[in-house]
Amino acid sequence: MSEDILVARNLVKTYTQRSGRFGFGSTQVRALNDVSIHLRAGTTLAVVGESGSGKSTLARCLLQLQPVDSGEVLFEGRDLAKLEPTELRDVRKNLQMVFQDPFASLNPRMRVGEIVGEGLLIHSLGSIAEQQKKVVAMLKRVGLTEADMQKYPHEFSGGQRQRIGIARALVLNPQVVVCDEPVSALDVSIQAQILLLLKELQQEMALSYIFISHDLRVVRHIADDMVVMYQGQVVEQGSVVDVYTAPKHSYTQNLLAAIPGKKVVNG
Amino acid sequence: MTVDLQTKQLANTAPLLQLEHVSISPKKTPSRLLVNDVSFAIEVGKTTCVVGESGSGKSLTALAIMGLLSKQLQLNSGKVLFNDADKGIVDLTTLDAESLRKLRGDKIAMIFQEPMTSLNPVLTVGYQIGESLTTHLGFKGERLKNKIASLLEMVGIPPGRANSYPDELSGGQRQRVMIAMSIACEPSLLIADEPTTALDVTVQAQILKLLSDLKTRMNMGMLFITHDFGVVADIADNVVVMFRGQIVESGTREQVLSNPQHPYTKALLACVPDAEGEKMLKPIDYAWLAGEQTGAVAAEVIHE
Repeated sequence: MSEDILVARNLVKTYTQRSGRFGFGSTQVRALNDVSIHLRAGTTLAVVGESGSGKSTLARCLLQLQPVDSGEVLFEGRDLAKLEPTELRDVRKNLQMVFQDPFASLNPRMRVGEIVGEGLLIHSLGSIAEQQKKVVAMLKRVGLTEADMQKYPHEFSGGQRQRIGIARALVLNPQVVVCDEPVSALDVSIQAQILLLLKELQQEMALSYIFISHDLRVVRHIADDMVVMYQGQVVEQGSVVDVYTAPKHSYTQNLLAAIPGKKVVNG
Repeated sequence: MTVDLQTKQLANTAPLLQLEHVSISPKKTPSRLLVNDVSFAIEVGKTTCVVGESGSGKSLTALAIMGLLSKQLQLNSGKVLFNDADKGIVDLTTLDAESLRKLRGDKIAMIFQEPMTSLNPVLTVGYQIGESLTTHLGFKGERLKNKIASLLEMVGIPPGRANSYPDELSGGQRQRVMIAMSIACEPSLLIADEPTTALDVTVQAQILKLLSDLKTRMNMGMLFITHDFGVVADIADNVVVMFRGQIVESGTREQVLSNPQHPYTKALLACVPDAEGEKMLKPIDYAWLAGEQTGAVAAEVIHE
């Protein structure tokens, strides 16, 4: 059993939503209700659940992109919420994110080289020449070329853009990468390429992934452990094999029963 | 309350819909075929799934059947033969706009991918469901109201929801409303373009079940477009695999899924993760495929 690299304890996050006929009323929506998870170093933890179950909120809260109401997020034993802004920025090098929508998450006015190199620039890691070298190496590693640095995001297909997103996250040599539905917008053929790429990179760079997904077939392939969320709460967690073979919670059982084409597809 | 289902009997034994050598290209560059010589049939009361990646031409094929191709595109050649219970076999590509409009929503209906954007936000869902009933079958007053209520019930929405606006419903409910709209006039052909892609898996399972129940009850033929082989395995009778505008393989569900012949079908199936996690994923090697495509084996399969 490897050590926990990222631990979240009793996270609570409440949104205030306007309600009533003209939006004068307000209701409290509990997006995260006492959520605790732990990510073992070098492994992949999948977070599954339906839309509105709080999985993306969890991702944002883990990376401190959104403040939590209560609870703590420990990275290597340090509570991220208690860090000074400058310290937090320093720690963020180690915590990166790959977003769901490869079309919306890349700045259309920046060249790919600038997008991927921006993190290095902000954290002033190495000289400009060294940064360039790193960017080129990273782009090549994810299957793009040096010439692609000069291009803009719109010149790429969905799968290639997701590769750019991955390069941007990994160029800083992080320890934890939160992937928020990285393959759900992609065709199944491209999805397979990206999943394999993520797996290879995990091996090479000793990465730990939090992998958010609603596709249980994908989760089965990429994750070691999993957490099932339902209406802001964790209803089940354990190793992927255990949860798939013997789901305990009725929601998990429903979710597994809903996987399309379980019997016939075995290609 | 049940809907009075008319039993549709076709005078002949021809398929419900037959596409013959359909090709589509942009008007400006007629030589660039987006859909290239596509032929397949949909039998009465059966589901044909068209599978392929984005850009394979599967949605264009569906739009061409409905006569809804965008103005920049044209049908280069081919026939779309629809077996009309009243008029016999008609070629949809040669119909004038008015006769086509009479068929659409009545005998041929379509469900679109995005339940969020394909409903009109300023009209109640009841009104939107009733629209085609009024237009095609002259329903009005109490009779229309009852019919709308029974349709909503059929798709599993409380009939009281008829006065709701689309934004008051969830994604799954909106897709159910779309389905109620499309089956209102009891079409003999239902075209569904990725109707469950935007939905959660549990909702997807419900919608697929609903569609196949309705198909059986109303003896509808269905053209179902998807990129998910899991969905194909659940609902298809026949499968058509498209790649870069062409059909590379077609056959029954068992033939295509369990014993695929074309290298592209094999490669595509190898990309689909299985629920047991036993399979090694293998991305498609397009360069290899392109070589294979020109090979004799592939050619044989394409033109069988």
